[in-house]
Amino acid sequence: MVILTVGLNHTTAPVEIRERLHLPEAALPAFFERLGQEAGVLERLILSTCNRVEVYAVTDDPEQAQVAIPHILAEGTRTPLALFEQKLYRHQQEAAVRHAFRVAASLDSLVLGESQILHQVKAAYEVARAQAATGPILNTLMGRALGVAKKVRTETGIGEAAVSIPSAAIGLAKTIFGELADRTVLIVGAGEMAEVAVRHLKGEGVHTVLVAHRHFDHAVELAAQIGGRAVRFDQIRHELLEADIVLSSTAAPHYILHRADVEELIRLRWNRPLFLIDIAVPRDIDPAVNEIDNVYLYDIDDLEGVVAAHREARERESAQAELLIEREVATFFRWLKSLEVVPTLVTLRRHLEEIQEVELVKALSRLPELTPAQQDVVRSLAHGIVSKILHHPTTELKRQSVNRDGLLYVSALRRLFGLRD
Amino acid sequence: MDVTFFYGALLLYVVGTVAYLLLLWFQGGPLARLATAATVGGSVLHTLALLTRFYAAGRLPPGNTYEAISFFAWVTVLVYLGLEVRFRRHVMGAFVLPIVLLTALAAATVPKSPGGLSPALDNTWVWLHVTFVLSGSAALALTCGVGLMYLLQERQLKSKSLGAMYYRLPSLDFLDGLGHRALLVGFPLLTAGLITGAFQAQAAWGRVLTWDPTQLLSLVTWVIYGGLLQARLTAGWRGRKAALLSVLGFGAVLVTVLGVSVLVGRPHVFN
Repeated sequence: MVILTVGLNHTTAPVEIRERLHLPEAALPAFFERLGQEAGVLERLILSTCNRVEVYAVTDDPEQAQVAIPHILAEGTRTPLALFEQKLYRHQQEAAVRHAFRVAASLDSLVLGESQILHQVKAAYEVARAQAATGPILNTLMGRALGVAKKVRTETGIGEAAVSIPSAAIGLAKTIFGELADRTVLIVGAGEMAEVAVRHLKGEGVHTVLVAHRHFDHAVELAAQIGGRAVRFDQIRHELLEADIVLSSTAAPHYILHRADVEELIRLRWNRPLFLIDIAVPRDIDPAVNEIDNVYLYDIDDLEGVVAAHREARERESAQAELLIEREVATFFRWLKSLEVVPTLVTLRRHLEEIQEVELVKALSRLPELTPAQQDVVRSLAHGIVSKILHHPTTELKRQSVNRDGLLYVSALRRLFGLRD
Repeated sequence: MDVTFFYGALLLYVVGTVAYLLLLWFQGGPLARLATAATVGGSVLHTLALLTRFYAAGRLPPGNTYEAISFFAWVTVLVYLGLEVRFRRHVMGAFVLPIVLLTALAAATVPKSPGGLSPALDNTWVWLHVTFVLSGSAALALTCGVGLMYLLQERQLKSKSLGAMYYRLPSLDFLDGLGHRALLVGFPLLTAGLITGAFQAQAAWGRVLTWDPTQLLSLVTWVIYGGLLQARLTAGWRGRKAALLSVLGFGAVLVTVLGVSVLVGRPHVFN
């Protein structure tokens, strides 16, 4: 019984190939069916996202399956095999399980630590399971993969630090203000990045969005788009008394906010903190403003620096995640090993023979008058009972072991007889 | 017996402090559980130490320097554990547990025998005085820990270089708010402690000022915190300056509570 994964991802194949290999959900029953019939696969599952297409399979004949899976995928998606064969990676056993865990935990993602993949893995598993394509091994594997991914998220900080500029800015805002729900945002000027950031901020539930623009019409238009309130450009100083977060991206050729302005402002604000985000080039706000207490000024380079720091932080955390995954891979294989048929039968036989020996010694010590010939009869009686009891389960287990539910028999047997390794 | 419990608690505080400090750099479920378990265990032993002392001495602690410092550490650790349960954050432990450990260590260095209180001091006023002052100091220990966290986090935000700690520390708003609330609890308790102390001095010695070093230093402490509270409430002080002053103020508390009786060896009047 071998666990196998065959697939490609964003590092091995370009999007033109990845998108061609996407199988619509309606095509999945036929695909799973063919994998079973033609690739000799007992359990299977396909994970298809914008960054990867991977088939996970359990088979007794990994050589055949490794060749057949790409063929069936090519035919199922009407893509020439030659187009993607070179881009495929193939993993078996530990490597395949480790890969599954790393994918679910987002260690294999384009953006390290992103959380989307966990839902995608879960959905892929549910689809396959609903079509009875999976069995005891993949069910356990995927259950563990989801568990590992959650553990990685809670026990390492891999998903904490934002790795895009708007979300990094929001992360900083939260570090300053805590919850953003009752905060006010002022946008000065317009621009794509400002709009993206405002949408993010709205998602965080900010209370009020104010929009100022040199042309009041633009301000009104933008305010209507993003659900804010337009304010007059020459009223900015007044609005700054209310705003907590300011996003500035005007086309002004010089500073529109100077140190002296902000010093006075912060006094009038009773030292309430102010987070200024200056994404304009040339800059809108005098950098010296950052030296004022309770004022935090970030320009576009600062934000990029924050994103870089966040990436590094995620990478530091990923080392811890890899360690955690190694432990989980080992645990999984201990479980898998306990499901092998022959060792289980050996253990069962030894278990029954031990009982036989103990009971024989007890019985014979109570019957000292038996002749050696009589003792032999008692011995062979005990031996015969054990052999007869073992006979049927042994043949049946061997017969069942070739189909995928055989594992359930093994695990039931181990539990019923209390067998340990 | 009570001293054995106390040393057990001390040992667990060492474990807890180290684990909380490691958590600043390494995130980990097991490490976090160890930190909490050691601290909870330490506080249980510490409670037992105080209870057995109460039975042995036949009066409520704190009744001497050892009991006073130990009591202070005990209240601080309980306040901290309450906050950990409330906010589910371990990071504060890295800033409060060292204070607990430091004071518990200081308690370990002074004589521990129950020693009878002189009859003049064995009354409710004295007990109230000591309990108020030490509970207030525990709340102020929290403002100090929170203030340190604020200063570190503010430094990172201002300098724009985000280290590993940035991801562990809470928001400035949270820290400033918590520091403020702790001050609102700690300062009135400290004030009540000084007033009851003054009453006692008047009753026992016929004068309020005894020129005892602890008494003078606690006045300095009171002035620092009073100034901080005044500035916060009427001048809109917050953030870095407030955090700096709460750290400074707690330095004065430590000098008052520990410095004089432990280092200089002139215990504040107990007999």
